[in-house]
Amino acid sequence: MAPKPPSADQVKQAVADLTDKTQSSQAWNSIFRPGSIFRKGYNDSPRNRSYVIMNSVLYHLHPVKVKRHAVKVSYTLCLGGLSFFLFILLTVTGIFLMFFYRPTAAAAYADMETLRSAVTFGLLVRNMHRWGAHLMVLSVFLHMARVFYHGAYKAPREFNWVIGVILLTLTLLLSFTGYLLPWDQLALWAVTVGTNMMGFTPVFGDNVRFVLLGGVEIGNDTLLRWYVLHVLMLPFVTVIMMAIHFWRVRKDGGISGPL
Amino acid sequence: MTEIPEHLLKRAQEARDRAAASAPADDAPAAAAGGAAEQTPEQAAAASKIPQHLLDRAKAARDKSAGTAVEAAVPAAAAAAAGGAVATAAPPQPTGPGGHTQRLLTVVKSGSIQDVKATPVDKVHVWPHLLVVEFVAALAVTAFTLIFSIFVNAPLLELADFNATPNPSKAPWYFLGLQELLTMFHPMVAGVTLPGFALILLILAPYIDKNPSNKPEKRKFAISIMTVHLMFWAVLTMIGSFFRGPGFNFVFPWEAGLFFEL
Repeated sequence: MAPKPPSADQVKQAVADLTDKTQSSQAWNSIFRPGSIFRKGYNDSPRNRSYVIMNSVLYHLHPVKVKRHAVKVSYTLCLGGLSFFLFILLTVTGIFLMFFYRPTAAAAYADMETLRSAVTFGLLVRNMHRWGAHLMVLSVFLHMARVFYHGAYKAPREFNWVIGVILLTLTLLLSFTGYLLPWDQLALWAVTVGTNMMGFTPVFGDNVRFVLLGGVEIGNDTLLRWYVLHVLMLPFVTVIMMAIHFWRVRKDGGISGPL
Repeated sequence: MTEIPEHLLKRAQEARDRAAASAPADDAPAAAAGGAAEQTPEQAAAASKIPQHLLDRAKAARDKSAGTAVEAAVPAAAAAAAGGAVATAAPPQPTGPGGHTQRLLTVVKSGSIQDVKATPVDKVHVWPHLLVVEFVAALAVTAFTLIFSIFVNAPLLELADFNATPNPSKAPWYFLGLQELLTMFHPMVAGVTLPGFALILLILAPYIDKNPSNKPEKRKFAISIMTVHLMFWAVLTMIGSFFRGPGFNFVFPWEAGLFFEL
């Protein structure tokens, strides 16, 4: 004869016991810091609202409290945060694309076609990467305009504006280096036009062009060079600049005051 | 048993000697037992760090409660040290109008004697007020990108071919303003000098703009010049994107069609 199934109360009791046991175990308590809401559950209180921010490595980019006007969507339109979010989205989709792409003139275009036709979600992820990139250029640009029109670059935030302009330039460079990678007609000739322009730099024009192309004209070396710039070097520099940018936002007293 | 270090033994012996010396002879057992606990209040006061005027005040209160006459002679030095805030020795007498014990001498506005440096700022918790907004914004952008990507494919033209120059050849859209400038100026001016100059001006903006206000009505010049600047680039980019056809000649998109790829 089968044993009697446990009653609802017994199950509830067992779950509660297990929860208690887990939450008081050493492993659990070593993962979540003292005060973390995952230790004892979350009740809404000012103390727990602070703990949510303080005990999360990502959230503690934020202070525990911000000025009331800073959370008004109409003030910032979330443009800076969205630029950062798009950067994360582009990193995630970009890592996916890297699995299916070889930066050589012989293989790149074929890999793009394989990605579009044979890789699961390949087309979708590539689309998201492309449109996300354009969106990021747009949002960084609008963020800059917002900051200018609010006079938010004034003391003590002058230097953060400088970092911001560098980040805008880095965003454009990231987008531009990514432009070449599909190795289609659009990529080749857009980059030809772009690098020809840079070749007219006074005095060092030819050198600038040579360094950018890894030769006198676009080829295998250019593709490899721009690939490394696109997936490694520029994101690396951008992340460092963003870290300084966010740190300065907090150190300079949060986002600027109301108009 | 571990050996007690010599310096501890020495210290203990010194403490015992001190206790024996301070205690009276007839109180020897108590002194030997505890020492300081059996000290007279005066000795305790001398040993502790309690300021003299506080001890005096406590003593006055004790005397008052015992019904004895209060000794009015609080040491002047002690009173001065306490900034005149020491309780008066005499018990309060109802001497004011209407039998009040206190009089209003003057009203001093807080700003004149206190320098208020920090005004409290109206703040809210980041969780949930800010994080919720950020989360919704991130979700909306993800949804937009995802749905847009489902319906609109990113362009992929034919394999790159060095022998087939497309007509027109266009840079990425954010450089089309520059490419448009190329039709008007020497490439060195249009492609490098002007954008470089603009970039440096942009970086230096906070150091050039000395106006401390962030109110739009007080920074008309800065706002006008930036707006003209942005409009200039926006118009150039639009022309470069939509109004340039084969040979980069001026065309109307509704007549000649679009020559534009994202």
